[in-house]
Amino acid sequence: MKDYKKDFPLFDHYNGIYLDSAATAQRPAVVLEAITRFYQEENANPLRGLYDLSTLATERYASARKTVQHFIGADKSHEIIFTRNTTESLNLVAYSYGLSRLKPGDEILVSIAEHHSNLLPWRMVARKTGATIRYLECNADGSWPQDYFEKMITDKTALIAIAQVSNVFGRTNPIEKIARLAHEKGAVIVVDAAQSAPHQKIDVKALDIDFLAFSGHKLGGPMGIGVLYGKEEHLQEMPPFLRGGEMIEYVTRDSQTWAELPHKFEAGTVNASDAAGLEAAIHYLTSIGFDAVSAHEKELTDYTMEGMRDIYGLKLIGSDRAEEHSGILTFTLDGVHPHDIASILDADGIAIRAGHHCAGPLMQYMGVMSTARASLYLYNDKKDIEGFIKSLSEIRRKMGYDK
Amino acid sequence: MTNNTFYSQILLDHHMHPSYKEKIDDPTMVLEGQNPSCGDDIWLMVKMNGDVIEDAGFQGSGCAISQASVDMMLELVIGKTKKEALELSALFMRMIAGEAEGDELEDLEEAVALKDIAHMPARVKCAVLGWRTLNEMLEKI
Repeated sequence: MKDYKKDFPLFDHYNGIYLDSAATAQRPAVVLEAITRFYQEENANPLRGLYDLSTLATERYASARKTVQHFIGADKSHEIIFTRNTTESLNLVAYSYGLSRLKPGDEILVSIAEHHSNLLPWRMVARKTGATIRYLECNADGSWPQDYFEKMITDKTALIAIAQVSNVFGRTNPIEKIARLAHEKGAVIVVDAAQSAPHQKIDVKALDIDFLAFSGHKLGGPMGIGVLYGKEEHLQEMPPFLRGGEMIEYVTRDSQTWAELPHKFEAGTVNASDAAGLEAAIHYLTSIGFDAVSAHEKELTDYTMEGMRDIYGLKLIGSDRAEEHSGILTFTLDGVHPHDIASILDADGIAIRAGHHCAGPLMQYMGVMSTARASLYLYNDKKDIEGFIKSLSEIRRKMGYDK
Repeated sequence: MTNNTFYSQILLDHHMHPSYKEKIDDPTMVLEGQNPSCGDDIWLMVKMNGDVIEDAGFQGSGCAISQASVDMMLELVIGKTKKEALELSALFMRMIAGEAEGDELEDLEEAVALKDIAHMPARVKCAVLGWRTLNEMLEKI
């Protein structure tokens, strides 16, 4: 197994076992260097300065945008909008597209497994426009009933909000099919790619996605930058989300004209340093290649699932096939609250997530209050998994059970 | 390794074999306490005799810390006056905030087992759920 850990400086300082990459990934050294290099060599306010240094900063920012464009297979770089994170990207679509295009009688289809950030913005849109929310209800393992989308997507459907990969199941949803059905009915699809972008090649053209959102920090980039992809035809028609500097052409006492894409949607001084960091993260990932990333994750996931099978009272949520987990292993342990699981693992230096994973409706739908989630990435290795499984197998006894 | 102190035998006993996790007869007041982010959920029942907590019990579900903490709390406050219970509650809150040390903690008896929660900010709300709910009740009674 290839050792990627050495590329990530955190592991020079942190001796624990990090299994919370679905919350945020660690950053490779090249990302930290890119951020530092920007501030040391290229820092000026991009897009407005009439001098060399500002031009350098502007070029770095534009280069990052092109890198993102190629990363997801977009046609044009101005279809890439930089935001703070996935949540802001989704809110941008909701406030701008949602509020201006939806009307009473329209239906917004939202997957029951959505993260709150791809549910609450749409609930707001529904309340303000008179549209209604309908939930798409998956099976208990995150798969979908036969011909389900054909039934649910109708002439009333105006918008479908769904994650490409659920942050609880880790399973990849059939985005291409959902997008096709949506377009047949004149609806648009908004895809939350926060959990897919770090793990698989995305091609927005092949999938025919209208809007796609992801965060830099889950794929090894900095915390402060996210991406919204939108088809040009939509973005051109949409009103601005935030108003202020950098996003206008002319402003008079009574009127203004908006700047061209993508600047119309990037009000205020932009986050060029984090864009440079994101660019470095994407270069790092693509230099390894998603085939290698997936193979590494599959091997570790198989290894984890094998260990979990021997643990009394452990129930894994989602597919029984390792390749359908995107490195996400959500589970419960009979008789032990997930927060106790997390605290006991923490005492052994193991970091996992426990709680509702920002997916309240899904937890209620599945009839659990909360779950525990271990999520892995390319820097994890078999030693990490062995430590995790050993500690996990001792929890019930530590809590006073016989086995 | 904080395992030995954090999930101590005392805490586990109160979690696995609680003494007060049952309904009581003729409660003066019943109040629900929740930690929505954890799913900790308790129903606290208190029966007053004048100013004294004559009996108390609880029902609910949640993590070991939240449930054990309620059980320890009830063991401590049954038979105490409202004023004494509120003082114990204030002391417990100070202990969890890491602001109470040494001899004064003796009054909390077994609930001292939760002292180390002060170092785990994410679990503080589990430990104080019962006390917070009791406070709210006593202030209404």
